[in-house]
Amino acid sequence: MLYREAGDFKTTYGEDSQTFPIRFDRMGYYVTLLVAFGVVPLVINDYWASAVFLPFLIYAIAAIGLNILVGYAGQVSLGTGGFMAVGAYAVYKLMTSFPDVPILIHVLLAGFVTAAVGVLFGLPSLRIKGFYLAVATLAAQFFLVWLFNKAPWFYNYSASGQITVPQSKMLGFYITGPQTSATAKYLFCLIILVGVAVVARNLTRGTVGRKWMAIRDMDIAAEIIGVNPLNAKLTAFAVSSFFIGIAGALFFAVYLGAAEVTEAFNIQKSFLILFMVIIGGLGSIFGSFAGAAFLVLLPVFLKNVLVGQLGWPTDLAAHLELMIVGALIVAFLIAEPHGIAQLWRLAKEKLRLWPFPH
Amino acid sequence: MKTKFISLVVGGLCAAAPAMADLVIPNLSYRTGAYAPGGIPYADGFNDYFTLLNARDGGIGGEMVSVPECETAYNTEKGVECYEATKGLGALAYNPLSTGITYQLIPKVTVDHIPLYTPGYGRTSAANGKVFEWVFNYPANYWDGASVAIKYLLDQNGGDLAGKKIALVYHNSAYGKEPIRTLQDLAAKHGFTLTELPVDAPGQEQKSQWLQIRRDKPDYVLMWGWGVMNQVAVQEAANINYPMENFIGIWWSGSENDVIPAGEGANGYKSLAMHGTGMDYPLYADLKQYVYDAGKASGNGDQIGSVLYSRGVYAAMVIAEAARKAQELAGVSAINATQMREGFENLEITEARMAEIGLPNFGQPFAATCADHGGPGAAMLQQWDATSKKWTLITGFIAPDQDVLDPLVAADSEAFAAEAGITQRCN
Repeated sequence: MLYREAGDFKTTYGEDSQTFPIRFDRMGYYVTLLVAFGVVPLVINDYWASAVFLPFLIYAIAAIGLNILVGYAGQVSLGTGGFMAVGAYAVYKLMTSFPDVPILIHVLLAGFVTAAVGVLFGLPSLRIKGFYLAVATLAAQFFLVWLFNKAPWFYNYSASGQITVPQSKMLGFYITGPQTSATAKYLFCLIILVGVAVVARNLTRGTVGRKWMAIRDMDIAAEIIGVNPLNAKLTAFAVSSFFIGIAGALFFAVYLGAAEVTEAFNIQKSFLILFMVIIGGLGSIFGSFAGAAFLVLLPVFLKNVLVGQLGWPTDLAAHLELMIVGALIVAFLIAEPHGIAQLWRLAKEKLRLWPFPH
Repeated sequence: MKTKFISLVVGGLCAAAPAMADLVIPNLSYRTGAYAPGGIPYADGFNDYFTLLNARDGGIGGEMVSVPECETAYNTEKGVECYEATKGLGALAYNPLSTGITYQLIPKVTVDHIPLYTPGYGRTSAANGKVFEWVFNYPANYWDGASVAIKYLLDQNGGDLAGKKIALVYHNSAYGKEPIRTLQDLAAKHGFTLTELPVDAPGQEQKSQWLQIRRDKPDYVLMWGWGVMNQVAVQEAANINYPMENFIGIWWSGSENDVIPAGEGANGYKSLAMHGTGMDYPLYADLKQYVYDAGKASGNGDQIGSVLYSRGVYAAMVIAEAARKAQELAGVSAINATQMREGFENLEITEARMAEIGLPNFGQPFAATCADHGGPGAAMLQQWDATSKKWTLITGFIAPDQDVLDPLVAADSEAFAAEAGITQRCN
């Protein structure tokens, strides 16, 4: 009744091709933005920022990046952790070399550096597909982590091989370093996430995105109708790595503050983000958000219920948490192999007919 | 349904806070993952000591101690989450038992004004109190450990290590890399050659490193390992018939869990020790009466008296003594974190005090000052006897070579001060 196209007249081409054609969706989107920008910054504290919001926002950026590569362009990648490390080390080197430049510019530059590295490791995708490509990107993961641990130039010759973020300010507020307020960290990541999501959504609706999807669905057919696979695959790697690099830069500079490449950007990270994309829904921007929320919030939620409310021993809770999250992933994928995004899509279909289904 | 789920999520996330107690000392422990063999006994010892103080003395200075435990799995992300979750409770001191988490927390505690106590681990140059106001790592640190090991080897070789080959097998992380600079300087001073053999985390795969040791035949092997890496290294050394008495681990590589899996092969393996071990201390009578027999033992209660359990007890004892000192200085029993820092900085642990606590000859006496947060740094050596399944102390406390260490600590801490814009104190 409320959720329908009928009566919502579009009189311009612009209105006709907007992201949220249904008024109810549009209102929901604006309300979400309003809450995210207007309400959350007023109530957020250090715990909520560090345990819930920052990981969610940053993993959502990484998941959008990986979703472009895996979900839209169909190129399987296990190198996400390595590419995030490129972003983190790029932003570290840039911040220590040019301390006066605003951090936002460094983060974007780190994204471009990662995009270049991503294109380099994307070159094999022109010859190999599927599992073979997955193995090639796995090599990127191990090589990059090894490189950042081995070459002391990347960690400025510190004794322990750790990188620690210097303090930096933008518009008079601390954005990195220990003095940063929870609100500043949150808003900085949120602004970047919104920017990334809008760009990703519009890229995937346009020519570039349609080329990626054509390559994903059948590369030979795509080539015959005039899609250049070199161009399509390498742009997918570049755009995806750009976003993942930004996520890595934020993960190190804003969220953790200090990082060790073998611990923060290991193969586990690649799998975690791949799981987010698969659980959320391949080929869906909303799915990237849903997957990131599922895998970030659920463990924190379970930990607080089991240890905080029920008072169980921490080790029992930690083991149960792994089992519950694992079981839920399996159950979810059996119930809906196309992820949370597909559930959402079905719910919307039903809502359109409600209360008079066929 | 969706709103119901969201309200459930919000309810769960809000309910993180346990009841407020007067003295809050969070235990950032890890009982899961590849480092659990080290994390479990340490956390048990830490908890049990405070349980004893609460049950026997009614806490410290009349204030009960609450030790909220938070699982980090030795993971820096979870460590940060635990820190943020517990600091709001009025935490007085942190002891994360992870060098990685320590590096992450040093800037945070400096801003939040909460002391960080990292006995025998963490950032070595935090020993310089002029730069690291909120961090304490007495009685000994990694560089002390490296120097003590070399001093012991000098003793074994009549004071001369020239031309000897020493290999360092280390955990390829911030923790394992810590001693390298010191050992390089010591190699230059004493004329031995140092071979560095990194082992990637978590350390189950060490075949190639030990193959290299079998080929190069170094005179001595030093190890900076943690978690499952230790057991694997001891087993591999036994497999290639490396003479175990020439294999020396840091104090984090010298627990029962590290040597028992290798059985007879581990006989003769040595490690550093910064405190005594075993249950032959009067404190254990009280622990038995008030904690174990009362059914209040932390965890399964199967780690009691082990090396890392003793280290947990030791860390808890030092924190409790610092709290006592802080109460004395502040004149109130309900101290805050700033007063707690004063307690840490003016702490003096004497042999008489340790005997009073029930731990005679357990650790080295030390006194902290404004500039010295690192203590004397002496350590003993212990050797594993596989037949009786016991660690035996084979030396007394050996003092490290401060001539080499002091310039290194000064250089590293001054670099940090310059980077972080800290003005030095205590002048």
